[in-house]
Amino acid sequence: MTYLRLFYEFFKIGLFSIGGGMATLPFLYALSDSTKWFSHEQIVDMLAISESTPGPIGINMATYVGFTSGSILGSLVATIGMIIPGIILVLIITRVLNKFKNNFYVEGIFYGLRPASTALIASAGILVAKITFLHITLYDATGSLTDLFDMKAIILAFILLFFTRSFKMTKELHPVIFIAFSAAVGIVFKF
Amino acid sequence: MKKLIEIFFTSMKVGAMTFGGGYAMLPILQKEVIDRKHWNTEEEILDYYAMSQCLPGIIMVNTLVFVGKKQKGRLGAIASALGSVTPSFIIITVIASVLTAFANVPAVQHAFAGIRVCVCILIFNSILKLWRSSVIDNRCLAIFIIVALGSYFLNITPIAFVVGAGIVGLVLHIIYKKKISGDEN
Repeated sequence: MTYLRLFYEFFKIGLFSIGGGMATLPFLYALSDSTKWFSHEQIVDMLAISESTPGPIGINMATYVGFTSGSILGSLVATIGMIIPGIILVLIITRVLNKFKNNFYVEGIFYGLRPASTALIASAGILVAKITFLHITLYDATGSLTDLFDMKAIILAFILLFFTRSFKMTKELHPVIFIAFSAAVGIVFKF
Repeated sequence: MKKLIEIFFTSMKVGAMTFGGGYAMLPILQKEVIDRKHWNTEEEILDYYAMSQCLPGIIMVNTLVFVGKKQKGRLGAIASALGSVTPSFIIITVIASVLTAFANVPAVQHAFAGIRVCVCILIFNSILKLWRSSVIDNRCLAIFIIVALGSYFLNITPIAFVVGAGIVGLVLHIIYKKKISGDEN
C-alpha cells in the first residue's frame, strides 16, 4: 500500500508543481506533515544532496524520498509517478502546440500562477530557515534569547550571502562548491 | 527499436550532465540534440523549453519528452523521459543507501548542519531570481503576499493555492486586458 500511496503523492506533486526544482519544496513539506515518512530536517538534507548531484532537483527529491520510505522499489515508484503528468501533458500539448503558446487564457492563468509559486517556495524557505537558524526547543527550555539564535549558522549565512550575491569572482560558481565549503565549515566548527 | 535506444541514451546523457536543472541543461541539450544529432533546430528547443517551464512537472524531463515525441511519437516520448531520470535514479539511490549507514556519525551530522545553512542561502537566491520574473506588478504582489501568508499560517494543501491563483490570475487578466483594449477603442 505504501507504494500506491507513494505513486499517488508524487503524481500529485508532478501535476501541481510548476516552475522547476524548488517548486516541489512546499509539496514535500505538506507530504512530510501528512505522512511522517521523513522529517523537515531530512527535506533540507535531500535538497543539499540534490543540488550537489546531477539531474533535475525534483527527480532527485522524488528518488530520495521514495528510497527513504520504500527502498529501491519506492524510489522507482515515486520517480515514475512524478514524471507521468508531465509526459501526458506534453503529448497533449504537441497536438495543439501553436494554439497553446500565445493563448490569452493560458497567459492569464500563468499570470496568477507564477507569483503563487514563488510565494509557496518562500513560505517553505522560511520553514527551512527556522530549523537552521533557531533553536526553538532549547529556547523553550532555558528562555534565554542567546540560546534562540544559532550564531555560528547566522555568521556562515552572511559569508555565503556575500560570496553568492555580491562578490563578482565567486558569484557564478557552481552551488556544489558552496555546499562543500559549508560542509567543511560545519565539521571544523562543530555546527 | 534502435531509434528508441538512441533517444534513451541521448536523454540519459543530458540528465547526467545537468546539475541543478533549469537553465543549466540548455547548453548541454543544444550540443547533444542540435549539433550532434540534428534532431531539432535552435528555435524548436527554445520553444520546448519555454513551454516546459509553464507546464507542471520537471522542466528538463518535459523538454526532453518534446524531443523524443518529435523523433518517435509516444514511445519516443517515454524513452526520453525514462532516459532523463535514469542517472538521478542511480546516483541518488546509491547516496541514500550510503547515507543511512553514516547518518549517525558526528562528522556527518556537523557537515549537514553546515550544508543546511548553504541550502537556505540557495533557496533565498532562487526566490529572488523567481521574484523578478513572477511579481511583475501590484496585482502579482497581492497574490504573492496572500499565498505566502496563507500557506505559512494555514494548514491547507499547496494544490489549493496553485488552483486558486490560476483562477484569480485568469480573472484579473481578462478584466485588466479587456480594459486596456477598451481604452484603445
